[in-house]
Formats: sequence, structure tokens, C-alpha cells
Amino acid sequence: MTTHRTSKRRLAAGTAVVLAAMLTATACGGSDTKKDEGKAGASGFNAGIGKVSNASDKKGGELKFVATQEADSWDPQRGYYGFMWDFARYYTRQLVSFKPAPGGESTELVPDLAAGKAEISDGGKTYKYTLKDNVSWEDGSPVTAQDIKYGIERTWAQDVISGGPVYLMQVLDPKTEYKGPYKDESADKLGLKAIETPDAKTIIFKLPQPNGDFEQMLAMPAASPVKQDKDTAAKYGLKPFSNGPYKIDSYEPNKSMKLSRNDKWKPESDTIRKALPDSISVTFMANADDMDKRLMNGEFDLDLNATGIGQAARATALKDHKANLDNGQTGFIRYAVFPQTVAPFDNIECRKAVIYAADHKSLQTARGGPQAGGDIAPNMLPLGIKGSDGKYDPYEVLKNDGKPNVEKAKEALKACGKPEGFKTTIAVRNNKPVEVATAVSLQNALKQVGIDAQVDQFDGAQTSGIIGSPKVVKEKGYGIIIMGWGADFPTGQGFSQPLVDGRFILQSGNNNFSELNDPAINGLFDQAIAETDPAKAGDIYKQMNQKVSEAAVYLPFVYDKTITWRSTRLTNAYTSDAYNGRYDYASLGVLK
Amino acid sequence: MTAPLHDTSAAEPAAVAAPETPQKAIEGRSPWKIAWSRLKRDKVALAGGVIVLLLILVALFAPLIVKAFGHPPEELHEDLLDPLLGLPAGDWGGMNGDFLLGIEPVNGRDVFSRIVYGARISLLVAFLSAFVAVSLGTVFGIIAGYFGGWVDAAISRVMDLLLAFPQLLFIIALISVIPSKLWGFEGSGLRIAVLVLVIGFFGWPYIGRIVRGQTLSLREREYVEAARSLGAGRTYILFRELLPNLVAPITVYTTLMIPTNVLTEAALSFLGVGVKPPTPSWGETLSTAVRTYEDDPLFMIFPGVAIFITVLAFNLFGDGVRDALDPKGSR
Repeated sequence: MTTHRTSKRRLAAGTAVVLAAMLTATACGGSDTKKDEGKAGASGFNAGIGKVSNASDKKGGELKFVATQEADSWDPQRGYYGFMWDFARYYTRQLVSFKPAPGGESTELVPDLAAGKAEISDGGKTYKYTLKDNVSWEDGSPVTAQDIKYGIERTWAQDVISGGPVYLMQVLDPKTEYKGPYKDESADKLGLKAIETPDAKTIIFKLPQPNGDFEQMLAMPAASPVKQDKDTAAKYGLKPFSNGPYKIDSYEPNKSMKLSRNDKWKPESDTIRKALPDSISVTFMANADDMDKRLMNGEFDLDLNATGIGQAARATALKDHKANLDNGQTGFIRYAVFPQTVAPFDNIECRKAVIYAADHKSLQTARGGPQAGGDIAPNMLPLGIKGSDGKYDPYEVLKNDGKPNVEKAKEALKACGKPEGFKTTIAVRNNKPVEVATAVSLQNALKQVGIDAQVDQFDGAQTSGIIGSPKVVKEKGYGIIIMGWGADFPTGQGFSQPLVDGRFILQSGNNNFSELNDPAINGLFDQAIAETDPAKAGDIYKQMNQKVSEAAVYLPFVYDKTITWRSTRLTNAYTSDAYNGRYDYASLGVLK
Repeated sequence: MTAPLHDTSAAEPAAVAAPETPQKAIEGRSPWKIAWSRLKRDKVALAGGVIVLLLILVALFAPLIVKAFGHPPEELHEDLLDPLLGLPAGDWGGMNGDFLLGIEPVNGRDVFSRIVYGARISLLVAFLSAFVAVSLGTVFGIIAGYFGGWVDAAISRVMDLLLAFPQLLFIIALISVIPSKLWGFEGSGLRIAVLVLVIGFFGWPYIGRIVRGQTLSLREREYVEAARSLGAGRTYILFRELLPNLVAPITVYTTLMIPTNVLTEAALSFLGVGVKPPTPSWGETLSTAVRTYEDDPLFMIFPGVAIFITVLAFNLFGDGVRDALDPKGSR
């Protein structure tokens, strides 16, 4: 019996050794599945940044997107993900849209469905557009001003088609008096008073208050036309009716989507979309590391989500496929923010102590270093936005080369009345490993000056109910929250207002985590928004940004960057600031 | 498993004869002495035992070991990383005389120190939760077995209920709702307390069933009958007559429960509901390593090997203890 048992156990031990060996083998084996022929025609590192990579007018072929994240909805009025806005230009047009040009130039607005720029009158309260003659739906019928008005009205029906940006609703109908087209009593369902459509070619917007960024809002997919008799309400996102160069052939959520040419779209009516490929496909998959590998194998052309190559594949990509990579700005800032309701962060000196004590270099490394993470950010306005100043360095972060300023941190602690330091909690999303790494870095730096910070990982899917609720933040004692933010549209209003305007503090889904409510800052927003000259508005946003820095409620980490993959067969690839550093999808083509 | 007949017949006489009538013995040998002499002959179990002992020593003296051979486990060494990739700059995951097992990607912490300190968390959680499970299991098992009737029925149903409970899912849900401060604990301390209680709470039915079964057969034995007829109280019978005879199976199941607990703790830390950062834990290190396993495979192998050795050593040792205490057992 004893012998029997011993032999069984030996067998177990033997199996274990074999297992360990296999584990080692697979782990090592992973690293030599690289070196493919892909280098042939790749146009070089950063060839798509600030210039057009592989410029070409060659038509045909299939453009193959791959994605790990499905859109919230492909309904133009419901989608809020940035990649959806970029992709939506394939099947829907707006009155105005972003210029098809690399980098910062892309933030300029050009007419799309409209024949020319808006006629603005009445002190910036009236916008009048005339439509082009040859714009049509996929059934050949013309796109009318009424279609545009109906599409915009759908935003009001948040009870039927929730989600999507509500800027147009806030600007055109701040009191939400209109109830949406599905509850509209009028015969033509066009009861919204702020938009007038005297004939099929003319559309007039009447704003209660001027807003210098109104045209930015009209460039969002939420301002797209929808043909009333094709509106399937909540189901519209499964098959939007196209007025762009492509129409949706088939779509299976979380599996795949196929687009083919819309032959009713007239190229001469469209100066924005090149419409080069014959067909476009999107494949959805679950595993991001697997996706990166298949991109590198050439099975797909680019990542629809454009979240950047993951850490697992990054080293291989940079070593062996550098010519296929673009390392661009995303327009996001990664930061920590101090809710002023949580002691001792009600005291500005304690907030300053954290800013001085933070090791910005280490935070940058935790984000992925200068390439995958981004450049150290000295203030809270990203570089692409008018009024931003990458040299404005109020806490001498750049001057110190990102190193912590322990002396000043200790002085600030003394001024705060806590010379020995204090205890606090860092809140971080549990589904963002990189954010957890920054939390650990911050925790370590704060320990050097006596601040004892606990890292609390909350459920990332519950963000709006946890850190988005000022009550929960106070209850949980979250003194430091780690987050990232990108603009819905590239102006100071689009980036900063939800973060620092006191009137944007919400009881749920809040983004002004610091609960900063400074009349001077709020006033600057009012001034800048009323300003129709972008340059002048930029000057005001610059002042706003300085006041925010002085309030010491934010600790910016980096101006976010990603490393994105561009397949060798991709033509006309360039990153666009208007689409958060993604490629301008409407311009892409492929070599056969 | 069905034991081969000749095998059983060979082992049986010696085993039965030894504890009850030591015919040839010059001095009396207690059952524990006999078990020890059997264990001493089992080299594999002894090796497991020695490794277990070493692991316990490593956990106890972690601060001294790290002071001598490593760097504080929470100290960042970003200067030793490749600035562009965030990976250890040197070969073999940054292994050298200074950093014995290399450094962690992204923040450059000393892997050796984190593995050594990780042993503390693993063993602490494993031992304490085994203690909780054994205490609960023994008390409820002995009560159920001795009293029978509706007490037995109630306790047995509760055990069935707990055995059917999805333990991992329950802990994940629980961790996300408990406040950051509770019972005077906070941070990693609180997480450890919760892990110990929950793993222990869900583990007691396993041992409870064994104890109940043993008690059922023991309570009919003559010596219990004798104690009862002499007027011994229930508590006396339960804890002075029955319990000493249950020590052997309890010891065996405790040693086999510990490695399971080590694995559970690692799994929970891997899923991000174990201890809080920056407290080191093997499971947490493994989950971090998944992101860089292609470029820095060693970082994944070390915590894996640590878990592997610990579990294997405890299992070998536990098996040996079972053989020594219960040579007739066929399971």
C-alpha cells in the first residue's frame, strides 16, 4: 500500500515538473513569433503624424477594421464614443464637418451638407445654412432641411433613444420645453421652435444665448439628418439609413459589420470624404493582445477603437515594426483631482503639498513612458486647444525635470497645519491597470513627505455612480481621484467646462470632481462662449486655465499619447486632432 | 481507489497490531510516536515538511532576509527600466547580484523582496482561514454527529448549502461593497481579515462532514458508553472523550486545506480582490506579469513557481501525515 501511494505521489511530482517546463516553454516561445515580411512598404515611424502617410487616390479593395470595444450605438444621435464619431462619417453627413487634414488643421470646420458657411446674425444668436443641391439618401431621395431638423430633434427623445451628447439640447432649448419627435403633437413632427425650415434647402437655428462653439456641436454626428419614415427609434442604431458614401450591408453586434458603396452618394457633392475602398469591414473580438498580434500579422488594417497597442505587444511592435507605428497625441490629459469636500483637501496648502510631492517622472513611467504614456503635463489644457500653453508651469514641474519638490511639499504641509503629514485615500478604476500603476507611484511619492495614502480600486464600470456622485466621494473619503479626460469638441468649452465650471456639478455622472465653483472661472466661461472669434475666446480660456492652476485642485500627469498601428497597405493615413488623434477614417484607402 | 488485495493483507496486521497491543515492545509507544516513526521513514513527506518549515521561516523573517539580500518591497527603481518600454533594462528581467530575481516592469520594484513578503500574505491567509474553518468545522461537526436528530439535520443542511455556494463570486461581490474601514481595520489589514473570514467560513463544511462522520461511529463505542453510564456530562464526553480521538483526521485535513487556501488567496489576488497595493502578494504579481509575459517571462515564472512549490510542499507533507496517522485509509 505504502509503495503504491509513493509511486502515485512521485507521478504527481513528475507531472508538476513537466507542467512547469511547459509553462516556461510557452512563456519564452511567445517572444519569437515575430519578424514577418511586413516591412516592405511601411512608410515609417510617425509617418501619419502631421502629414499624410502613403498618399494615394487609388480606389478599390477592402478596408479591414478590428475592434475590442463595440460602439455604444451606431445611431448618429446616440453614439458617444469618439471612434464612433469618426466612423459615422462613412454613412452620415452633417451641415458642417472637420477638414480632412492632418493634425491641428483638422479642427477647422468646413461645409459638408451645407453649401457654404453659416450666415450668423443677431449678435451670434441666428445661424442660417443653405443645403447643397445634390445630396441624397441611399434610396436616391434628396436630403432636406426637414430631415436635418428631425434628426436633431431625436436628441430630445432621451426616454426612447438614451445616450449621445446633449449639447444641442442645452444650447437650443435650455429649459427642455420640447418633448422630442416621438411625443410631438404637430403633424410633421417638427415642433421644435428653435429650428426653422422655411423650405427644403434652408435651415435656420435660433439660439436663446450666443455660443461661439455652436458649429462645433453641429459637426457632431448628433446633428445628422434622419429620414422620418426610415426612423426605427431605438432600433435605428442597428441599421442607420445612409446619406454618406457607404451603406451598412450587414451588422451583428459584437461580431462584425460590413459596409459597401452607396451608389446614390455623389462624389462631387462631398469635398471631405475620399471614399476609396470598395468595402469596409469591422471585426469585433474580445482579446486585445490577440488583436495586436493579428494586426501585426497583417490580418487587419487598423484598430477601430485606436486605444493603442497594449503593453504585451508594444516591445515587439517597437523593435520589429516601427515603420508601421504612429505615436500621436490623443488630446486627453491624465490627472489626479482633489475633491475639496474631503478633509484636508479643503485647504489649498494640503492640495499643493500633494502636487509638489508627486514624482511626475515616475507617474509618466507608470503611464508607459514618454512614448506610450505621453509628455509630462504642467497644466490642465491639452496642447491642441486654443488658449493652451505647454510652457505655463506654475508648480515648476518641467523646471524640476518632473522630480518631486520635497522641500516645497513640506513647506506646504506646514502651512496647511499638518507638518507630520496626513492620511487619505486614492480612488482608482480597477479595470485600468495603468491607472492603478499611477496610483501606486503617487502613493509611494506621498509617503516620502509623510502623507499616508490608501489605494482604493473601485469598479470601473460604476464610475458615474461612485466618483461621479459627490455624496459617495465624501462618504468614502476619496481625497485623490485618478482619471483622464478628453474633449467632446476641441475648444476650451468642450474640454474644461465639465471639469471646472461650478454649474456643471451633478449629483450623479459628475465630472467636476474637485467641486470647484469659482464665480471668476464660471464668468470667464460665459465670456468665452459668447465670443464668436476663436482666437479671442482662446485668450479667455488661457486666463481660465491659469485660474484653475492657481486653485491647485488638479495634478496633471501627462498629455496622453498612444502608439497606433497602421498596416502597410493603408493609404492616406493621418491622425486628426478633431478625432482625438485617431486616423481620419473617411480618408483611408488600401492597396490591393 | 480499490486497493489490491495482497497489498492490503500485507499492511493490515502490522497496522492493527501496533497501536493496541504492542506485544514485542519493551517500552510503551503512544500512537503519536508510532506515527512519527512512520513519517520519518517517508522521505518525500519529510522533504515536503522541510520546505514547509523553510517557507514559514522565510515568512517570519522576511524583513531580515530582505534587509540582507534585497531592497524594501515597496521601493520604486524606475531608473533601472528601459525608459521607452517600461521593461527591465538588463537581460533576464533585470537579474543581477543586487536584484536577485530581477525587477518589476513599469515601476522597478525588487521581485525578490516582493516574493519573500508575498509568502507572508499567502501563509498568513492560508493558516488563519484554515484555523477558522477547522474551529467551526470541529465544533459543528461534533455536535451534529453526537446529538443527531434535528440538530444533525439542521447543521447538515447548512453544510450542504455552503458547499453549493459560489465562494469566489461571493468574495468578489463582498469586497466591492465593504467599506474602507471596518472593525478597526483598514487597507490591506481589512482585506486580509475579510479573506480569512470568508475562506474560513466557506471551508468549514468540508471538515465538518469528516468530523460528523467520525463522531457518528465513535459515539457508539464502548468507552463513550462507559463514560455516559458513569454520569459524565455532554461537554465532558464531547471534548474529553470524543475530541482526542478526532485529532488525527482533523490534523490530516488541516494540512491538506492549507494548500487549497494558498491557491484561493492567489486566485483572489489575481482577480484584484486580494490585498491592496502596494502590499505584495503572489497572485497580484502574477496578474501584473500577464501584461508583459512575452517580453519579461521571468517576472511571471517567479511568483508562479513560489505558489507551485508552496502548494506542492504542503500537499506532499499532508499526504505523508495522513499515511502516518491513518495507514488503513484508502483515500
